[in-house]
Amino acid sequence: MPGPDKETDLTERVEAFLSDLKRGGSGAGPLRGSAETARETTALLRKITAQARWSSAGDLMEIIRKEGRRMTAAQPSETTVGNMIRRVLKIIREEYARSRGSSEEADQQESLHKLLTSGGLSEENFRQHFAPLKANVIEAINELLTELEGTTDNISMQALEHIHSNEVIMTIGRSRTVEAFLRDAARKRKFHVIVAECAPFCQGHEMATNLSKAGIETTVIADAAIFAVMSRVNKVIIGTQTVLANGGLRAVNGTHTLALAAKHHSTPLIVCAPMFKLSPQFPNEEDTFHKFVSPHEVLPFTEGEILSKVNVHCPVFDYVPPELITLFISNIGGHAPSYIYRLMSELYHPEDHEL
Amino acid sequence: MCNSFAFYHFAAVFLSLNYLLHGNEKKGDIERAKNEGKELTKEEKQRLRKEKKQQKKSKEKKDDKAIQESGKETKGDSSAVSAPQPSTQSTAQKAVPAPVSVPAPEAPTPAEKPPKSKAELKAERRARQEAERASKQSKKGDPGPQGAVSKSKAATNELQPVVKRLPEHIQVDNPDVLKKLAKKLERQQIPLRLDYGYKVSLFSHLHQYSRKAPLTQQLSIPSTVIHPAIVRLGLQYSQGIVAGSNARSIALLHAFKQVIRDYTTPPNEELSRDLVNRLKPYISFLNQCRPLSASMGNAIKYVKKEISNIPSQCKEEEAKRKLLFCIEWYIKEKIILAAKAIAESSIEKISDGDVILIYGCSSLVNHILCEALEKNRKFRVIVVDSRPRLEGREALRRLVQRGISCTYVLISAVSYILPEVSKVFLGAHALLANGYVMSRVGTSQIALVAKAFNVPVLVCCETYKFCERVQTDSFVSNELDDPDDLIVTRNGQTHLEHWQQEPPLGLLNLVYDVTPPDFVDLVITELGMIPCTSVPVVLRVKNVDQ
Repeated sequence: MPGPDKETDLTERVEAFLSDLKRGGSGAGPLRGSAETARETTALLRKITAQARWSSAGDLMEIIRKEGRRMTAAQPSETTVGNMIRRVLKIIREEYARSRGSSEEADQQESLHKLLTSGGLSEENFRQHFAPLKANVIEAINELLTELEGTTDNISMQALEHIHSNEVIMTIGRSRTVEAFLRDAARKRKFHVIVAECAPFCQGHEMATNLSKAGIETTVIADAAIFAVMSRVNKVIIGTQTVLANGGLRAVNGTHTLALAAKHHSTPLIVCAPMFKLSPQFPNEEDTFHKFVSPHEVLPFTEGEILSKVNVHCPVFDYVPPELITLFISNIGGHAPSYIYRLMSELYHPEDHEL
Repeated sequence: MCNSFAFYHFAAVFLSLNYLLHGNEKKGDIERAKNEGKELTKEEKQRLRKEKKQQKKSKEKKDDKAIQESGKETKGDSSAVSAPQPSTQSTAQKAVPAPVSVPAPEAPTPAEKPPKSKAELKAERRARQEAERASKQSKKGDPGPQGAVSKSKAATNELQPVVKRLPEHIQVDNPDVLKKLAKKLERQQIPLRLDYGYKVSLFSHLHQYSRKAPLTQQLSIPSTVIHPAIVRLGLQYSQGIVAGSNARSIALLHAFKQVIRDYTTPPNEELSRDLVNRLKPYISFLNQCRPLSASMGNAIKYVKKEISNIPSQCKEEEAKRKLLFCIEWYIKEKIILAAKAIAESSIEKISDGDVILIYGCSSLVNHILCEALEKNRKFRVIVVDSRPRLEGREALRRLVQRGISCTYVLISAVSYILPEVSKVFLGAHALLANGYVMSRVGTSQIALVAKAFNVPVLVCCETYKFCERVQTDSFVSNELDDPDDLIVTRNGQTHLEHWQQEPPLGLLNLVYDVTPPDFVDLVITELGMIPCTSVPVVLRVKNVDQ
């Protein structure tokens, strides 16, 4: 029968994805970029929608929530997975509401009037069955996938609005978005890029070689020299792993220092982040926020005699508060950090913040 | 005004004297000076008033013998000074105080004599040299304009408006300077070290050498010009075997002691002058191996001063003994005892339960922490380190061996670890006269982040590292290390291996950076705990003492 086969095939796919996530998160930085993770997650969700057994929107949402919880538990630091799941849940809600005939805005907005008067609407249980719902949801997810594929290009198209000629731009580590951004600007303008290598993973080296191959004049500096050269830098452009709900960042190690140095010299800090990185999390206590990898990166095993007597920390991420950020550039345009909460309410439904 | 008339007269006399001294002097200069002399009288009047005030002060402190002595010195001095300075501006300057000094034969120099002894010594020495030269040329001039010269010298010495010559190592982009340097090195028979690799455009005024091409490869063995102890020292510097400003200074002074022990005065030469000339090529050689640090510069100044102060009647053995003793005294007093004093003051700042953050490997800070441990303070240390030098590992080893509990992170993790920290102790390479702290690259970053987290930053520095330079950023005067140090192999991949073949790619390996004084809360020296802005005060006090 096609049913069980499809189901086993589906479970296999999900298991494969989960083990990939688990493996990819340990060691020297992400082996795959966040964009690929987002695309794979969305493709998998589309498959689940297509092949799993469900009769109403509520069932589908339950299935997706269950799988989603497993996926986020496999790699908590990879927030794009959770973001995509929440996007798909919102899509389902929207499609359901459209099928029911009620306008989307009325459902979405949580005005004080609605809270007080019509409490029944928020107890929507999505039990009604609509035949075209499946097709609609799959179509919407396809649109989401197209949007994901075009994010990097959309961001790079804005490059010339932000970079003038003879500028000195500083960046840290390796971000594919920023790389595409700078290469696009380099086609028309001449500028100089300084890359901080971001020890211990030293991803800045790869970034620098890629940029210099595109003909951009690049300099690699050690992390310790960030403040020393900051006085000659005109702009700081960085990528990030996650954009938090308050407009802050969870970015690679060393970004907070870079942001503080930029603030001291009043240099604008621009973050290139596509919308799928926006996460409804707030910066939590240290133990849920930070991720550590093997201290061998920092103090290798060759330093044998002292290893047992020393504590070594190797955090991967840094928190950057929103006061230090000047501008977010995303695939839908540029925003101030204070606007992020509004974008978030458009992308995700408040009930989905906790999966 | 009779004053201006007298001044004009003496100006004319002095100018004519000048003209006689230099055949090249054109007559036009004198006409010009005479004309300018009229114009300048108003300015000169202001100066006259100033001089009169000084005169009044000097009359309070009278020293007859000093006056006579200074009178003789200034005569010699002025005759010497008049010889090489034919410019009209300076003559106008000298001519100014002429009418004042004539009625008052005692020069105001005795007033400033006690604090001015160093200046007077300098003037005396120069006078002796120039007098020998000038005596062949000049006739016996008027005491008037010569007294005037002394007056102006005293006046200018107070503010010392000397424009120092720019050091060569920050003028690499100027081809004339490079040519001069090449000629000087050729004369001293020292090989010239070539720059290596593509230099980032912001730093094209600095040298960038490769560690794989030490200077000693180009020297012949045995080297006749350079003492072997100095050759060894130069190699240790350029390979990074001896690093850290205290270590480098002590090694330098020990090498100098060896040089002095092996030195013999050639016949018909004075030890005080010949030894100084012997040291010059050594210093150039060491400078080529690795640019001298501020502490080394101060140590060399001290040694040269001691050498030139050896009286000529002194026997060679005695002179050598004296010099060796002076050098040992310097090391003991300025470095070792200073470290003890600083440790004692710093231990008051360390309380039980403290979490102290240190950066890199500073011998002074390590010493302080070990002393604090001896005094049974309970604290733990966080060592922050940075690529590519990774000096923090050395500090970590030393502290762990003494039994201090340590944590180790890289500098990119400093904003993660700072919420735990209660104090930051930093070492310094030099303290500049405008209050900036010059130290290993990364120090300013740590101070910045500590300030953002409201953690106090304490800098520990001996006074012999105080330097009269001023600097506001880390670009104008810095050191560029070997750029190949930044290359690293991870997961079997070396991305930057062929960086030289990709023309727009540059690697920057800075050695020093400057920390602004608003990031530093306290500087602990052997003279006490001072704020960063008191550095010029300490320098002034030191100059007066010497």
